[in-house]
Amino acid sequence: MAEEKIKLYIDNIPVEVNKGETILKAAEKAGKYIPTLCYLEDINELGACRVCVVELKDSDQIVASCTTPAQEDMQVKTNSKKVRDTRKMNMEFLLSDHDVNCTSCIRNEDCELREVAEFMGIRDIRFTGEKNHREVDKSTPSIMRDPDKCILCRRCVSVCENIQSVKAIVPDGRGFETTVNPSFYDELGDSPCVYCGQCSTVCPTGAITEVEYTEEVWDAIFDTDKHVVVQTAPAVRVGLAEAFNAEPGTIVTGQMVAALKKLGFDKVFDTNFTADLTIMEEGTELIERINNGGTLPLFTSCSPGWIKFLEHQYPEAIDHLSSCKSPQQMFGAVAKSYYAEKNNIDKEDLVVVSIMPCTAKKFEATRDEMSEDVDYSLTTRELGRMIKQAGLDIMNLEKEKHDELLGVSSGAADIFGATGGVMEAALRTAYEILTGEELKKIDFDQVRGLKGLKEASVMINDMEIKVAVAHGLGNARIILDKMKNGEEYHFVEFMACPGGCIGGGGQPLAASENVLERRMNAIYDIDRKKKLRKSHENPYIQKIYEEYFEEPGSHKAHKLLHTTYQSRGI
Amino acid sequence: MSAIPKKEKYKIDQEQLVKELRKFIDEERFQDDEYIERIKFRLNEILKENYGEQENLIEVLHEVQGLIGFIPKYIQKEVAKGLDLAPGEVSSVISFYAHFSEKPKGKYQIAICKGTACYVKGSVDIIDRIKKEYDLKAGESTDDGLFSLEIVRCLGACGLGPVMTVNGKAHGLLNAEKAVNILQKYENNEM
Repeated sequence: MAEEKIKLYIDNIPVEVNKGETILKAAEKAGKYIPTLCYLEDINELGACRVCVVELKDSDQIVASCTTPAQEDMQVKTNSKKVRDTRKMNMEFLLSDHDVNCTSCIRNEDCELREVAEFMGIRDIRFTGEKNHREVDKSTPSIMRDPDKCILCRRCVSVCENIQSVKAIVPDGRGFETTVNPSFYDELGDSPCVYCGQCSTVCPTGAITEVEYTEEVWDAIFDTDKHVVVQTAPAVRVGLAEAFNAEPGTIVTGQMVAALKKLGFDKVFDTNFTADLTIMEEGTELIERINNGGTLPLFTSCSPGWIKFLEHQYPEAIDHLSSCKSPQQMFGAVAKSYYAEKNNIDKEDLVVVSIMPCTAKKFEATRDEMSEDVDYSLTTRELGRMIKQAGLDIMNLEKEKHDELLGVSSGAADIFGATGGVMEAALRTAYEILTGEELKKIDFDQVRGLKGLKEASVMINDMEIKVAVAHGLGNARIILDKMKNGEEYHFVEFMACPGGCIGGGGQPLAASENVLERRMNAIYDIDRKKKLRKSHENPYIQKIYEEYFEEPGSHKAHKLLHTTYQSRGI
Repeated sequence: MSAIPKKEKYKIDQEQLVKELRKFIDEERFQDDEYIERIKFRLNEILKENYGEQENLIEVLHEVQGLIGFIPKYIQKEVAKGLDLAPGEVSSVISFYAHFSEKPKGKYQIAICKGTACYVKGSVDIIDRIKKEYDLKAGESTDDGLFSLEIVRCLGACGLGPVMTVNGKAHGLLNAEKAVNILQKYENNEM
């Protein structure tokens, strides 16, 4: 059945929308820009900030365009005197209780509040009154909160509740005293926050941001006594370009490597190498658990936000987690053992930096179980800033290659960056190891794509392997609850962020589904164009087992590449 | 393949509850075994009746506030578990309504109206004076537990503004001086 259409006029431009769509949507179709702050399509549509107001010609009424449904023959004015005055006044009220410290704010460059203020031509804030002041919450290694910069738009609250089902931050108090905080808990660090950072990607101001470690990394680079190596996660190379205003999905692997070398890192390695290593270890663990009646389904353990979620919300299921460290941590462990020994580098002088699409990785690097592996974990955004601080534009750099030894990887490692990728990579390898035959169809399409929950079954020898994939913690919760009600699988991939790492909380800001899709396509593009597409075929992986670990799951591998978890509760 | 185990049906930990309540050492009633037994019993009943019923939160909080006189953190968490909510959701609602309180209220609970009529007639002066006189903050109690202060929006007695109530008894047509005099009478057991 065709949807009912509504015809209306935006500044006299006729436009047609579906019944139920808002004036804001209609304006978009008419090519009219309306500023918004609290609005986040499908996630936060509540008309809180009132900067998107428009005037209805017939009634002279001022309404929030993001929540008012379009109606037949409606005449909307988006730029009348009344609209301008009202928007300006609302904006000035917001700014009157905002800590306007733009020059030293981490969001200086991409602050939506500043952009909307400029759009409206705010030159003077008429309202000066009491300002709220609350301490900055620096209780976590991943995310920090500066409530004085919060405009109470609720985007973070909606993302945390509706997408992630974590509800770590909520509105607290009432009226002028309202603040968004962990409420029940004194600080974010005490709360069940998983540090996924999705809130930091939707915050329109600098109220929730990553904890920045760029200065520490600069210091390490400039310290001539230190040997500083860097690893790059698979999703960074398809996100970084956006920080330089390039189209989403632009692949900048070579330019990123060149930039890192120019920044002064001694070696530029690839997290993808240890993603391949993860597949060897995790694949072996899966086969062992199936053969020896171990705890099934096996849950992937690459996403630190997902792990912290399970530790808080479902501690009774910790045994299902793979004991494999994530690729970031495996890299740190390998660099500080194999690499250091091979090159006679004193462990004390070796600094391992990682570039991750993730804020939870910062926390992972500090976990008691493995705090020695990685020294600093930076987000894609932080790397973007460092490159700019060095006076470079990534789009103008000559491509370079990752350094060898820990820099060569298969396409199976690249797809770790997208939801379903770890599953697919594991299946490629498990199939060939278990059957001894070549896998004819390398692409497992059933586990790809942005659908929240994906299920598939794969025949390996005579055994049907049932797998599932969930991304976004709300979806993770759905599948966990399904399992509580008896649904059975062998292997389940979980990623904390929507889309997997390509939509990580450390990526350039505000990824719509369209942006995620373009980043995802780029990832599969990289995989398709690689000669090596299965982890076990990576010659440097074969070499590291020959020279160092003997075989997957060996005693040495367990000591360096595996870890344990802790029940945290709520 | 083994599915993951189901969560056990929620039940309040009786011993922990007693321990938590007795942390409020100023509250003599919590040392009384019989009293605490009654609270334990009723609390379990409330949570059982509302098990998993998220939308009953406000009703449950009303019952708990009425039962204990305040809603300490520990009970907030128990309510969250029982109703299948996050602890933050419970404390968020408590923080919104002045009626709910995380800390014990005073022996005399003062509520001063800051609604439009009372505000225009000077209730802010009264509030400031009482805050100063008793070293009180809105939503908190005096150190001796005698008074607690709440700022409310309308008590429905606008004609008598500015108005305050003490343990529900209304006092109208106030100014700062009168208000303090009335409170002194409560202090001296003359009211």
